Amino acid sequence: MSWRNFLLVALLIVAAGMMLPRALENPYYFFAGYVVLQYVVIATGWNILGGYAGYTNFGTSAFFGAGVYTAAFLIKAFEAPLLVQVLAAAGVGMVLGLVTGYLTLRIQGVYFAIATVALVVVLETVVHNSDYLGGASGLTTIAPPAPAWFGGQTQYVFCVMLVLALVAVGIARAVEHSWVGRSLRAIRASEPAAEACGVPTLRMKLAACAISGGVIAMAGAPYPYYASHVDPLSAFSLTIGLNALAMPLIGGTRSWIGPVIGAVLLSSVQQITTVTISSEFNILAVGLMLIAFVVLAPEGILGLVSDLRERLGGKRVTP
Amino acid sequence: MVFLDLALNALASGIALGCIYALVALGLAITFGLLHIPNVAHPALVIAGAYAVVLANMRGIDPILAALVLTIPFYAVGLAFYEFYARAFERRGRGNTLQSLTLFFGVSLIVEIALVVAFGTDLRSVSVPYVGRSFEFGLIVLPYRFLVPALLAPAVILALWLYMTRTHAGLAMRAVAHDERALSISGHDPVAIKRHAFGLATALAVLAGAALVIVGPVDPFSGRIHLGRVFAVVVLAGLGSIPGTLAAAIVIGVAEAFVTAFLSPSWAPGVAFAILLGTLALRPNGIFGTAR
Repeated sequence: MSWRNFLLVALLIVAAGMMLPRALENPYYFFAGYVVLQYVVIATGWNILGGYAGYTNFGTSAFFGAGVYTAAFLIKAFEAPLLVQVLAAAGVGMVLGLVTGYLTLRIQGVYFAIATVALVVVLETVVHNSDYLGGASGLTTIAPPAPAWFGGQTQYVFCVMLVLALVAVGIARAVEHSWVGRSLRAIRASEPAAEACGVPTLRMKLAACAISGGVIAMAGAPYPYYASHVDPLSAFSLTIGLNALAMPLIGGTRSWIGPVIGAVLLSSVQQITTVTISSEFNILAVGLMLIAFVVLAPEGILGLVSDLRERLGGKRVTP
Repeated sequence: MVFLDLALNALASGIALGCIYALVALGLAITFGLLHIPNVAHPALVIAGAYAVVLANMRGIDPILAALVLTIPFYAVGLAFYEFYARAFERRGRGNTLQSLTLFFGVSLIVEIALVVAFGTDLRSVSVPYVGRSFEFGLIVLPYRFLVPALLAPAVILALWLYMTRTHAGLAMRAVAHDERALSISGHDPVAIKRHAFGLATALAVLAGAALVIVGPVDPFSGRIHLGRVFAVVVLAGLGSIPGTLAAAIVIGVAEAFVTAFLSPSWAPGVAFAILLGTLALRPNGIFGTAR
C-alpha cells in the first residue's frame, strides 16, 4: 500500500467514524469500541520497541498510566483542552521512554522486561502517595460537555481515539519503512552485528523507547474523559501490560498491521466474553489464546498468512 | 527509646519478611537463575501450593507437614510442565524472550482462573495453634505466624544449598547452567537435568505457598503482588546464587520494613523496585553474582 492509498483509507475511516454517532443509537458500542481502539494504539506503540527492535517492554502500563495522570493533572490544574492533554501525555511518555532507555542501556532480554515492570510499580507508588493526584482513591475528572455533533461524551472520546489510533498506525508505518525501522530490525537480529555495520544502536534504541513510550502514553490521555475517574489501580493495571504484549504476538510483530489485527481480535474477544460470560472467563480466554499462539503460531497471524501463501505456491512473502 | 523500639522491631520483622520472600523467590532462583527460563508463572504456582495446603489443613493436617508431603505431586507437575515447555520451544531452537514470557504469562492466568473456578475469590487461610500468639524478646515482638514460616526459609535454603554443592545431581544442575554442550559430551542428558531442576523449583513453590498462607490469608490473585518482588530478589542476588537469594531477600524485606515503620506503608511496594532499578542500572550482575 502506498502512502497515498494509506492516507486515503485513513481519511475514509475517520469520516466513517464521525458518521457513526449519527448512525448508532446505543452508546454501549462506543464504550466498548473505545477500549478496542485504545488497545490498537497501545499495541501499535508497544510494537515499535517490542516488535521492531525486539526489546520486550513489560511495563506498558507505566507509560499508559503516565499518560492518564498527565491528562488528569492538566484537567485539574488548568482545565486544559483535550488536544493539549494528548500532546502533553505524548511528551511525558517520550521523556519517560528516554529515561527508561538510559537506565536500561546495558541490559537486554528478560532483564529489560524486569526493569520495565519495576518502573510500573515505582510510578504507581509515587502516584499512590501524591495527594494532589488523589492518592489511592483516585481523582474524579469532570469533562466539559462534548461537541454537540457527537451526541455524548462516550461517542466523542471514541472518535478522538479513532483519530489517535490512525495517527499511531501512521507513526508505526513511517518508522517501519524508514532507515530507523531498518536499524531497529538489525538490532533485533543481532545487536553486536548491527553495531559493527555502523548502526548507531544506542541512539536507535533510545529513539525507539521514546517513540514507543510517546504513543502508549497518548493512548492514556483521553481516559479521564472516558471514565470520569482515574485511580492508580486501573491506570497501572497489569492487564494493560499483558495485553500490550499479547496483541502484537497474536497479530504478528514484523509489520504495523500485525498489532492492529491482534488488538482488534483480542480486545473484541475480551469485550464479548466479559459481557456474555464473565470477566473471569475473559482472562481464561486470553491465557488460552496466548499459549495456543506461542506454541502453534509463534509468528502470529501474519506468520500464518505468509506460511499459507508459501504453501499455495508463491514465494514466501515477508511483510 | 521509641526510636530504638521501632527500629529493632522493623529490623526483626524485615528479616522475617525477607526470609519469606526468599522462600517465594527460591523456585525462580532455580528456573530463571540457573536455567534462564523466565518463569513468571512461579508466583501463581506458589498460590496454587497455598491452596493445596489449605485443602489439607481443612482435614486437620499441619500446613508445613502438608507442604512437605505435597512437594511430591508438585515435583511431578513441574516435570510435566517442563516437558511441555521443552516440546514447545527448546527442541526447535530457543524460543525468544517474548515468546517464553508470553507462554508463562498464559499459564499464570490459567492457574489463577482455575483457582477462582475451584475455590471462588474469597480469602482462604489455615488454622494453626500458634496463630495469634507472639514471640517476645526484650523490645522485639514478633508474631509466631511470621516467625515460623521465616524459620522455614533458612532450613530449606540450607538443604537446597547442600544439595546443589554436595550431590552429583546438584552439581549437574549447576553445570547445565554453565555449559550445556560440555555436559552432554560428558555423558549426561541436559534435558533430563533441566526437567529435574524445574520439578524441584515447582516443589519449592508449595513450601513457599505454605509459608505465605501461614503469614496471612490468600486469594487466587495474591501471586501478582509477589511477581515483581521475586524477580527483584533473583536479580539482586545475582543469577544462580542460592545463599545470595536469602541475603537479597532480607535486604529487600528490611528496606520495606523500615520504610513502613518510618515513612508510610504506602511507600513500601516501591522500595523493592527502586532497589531493583538501581541494581540493574549500576550493577546488572547483581550484588552476589558473577558475570552472566
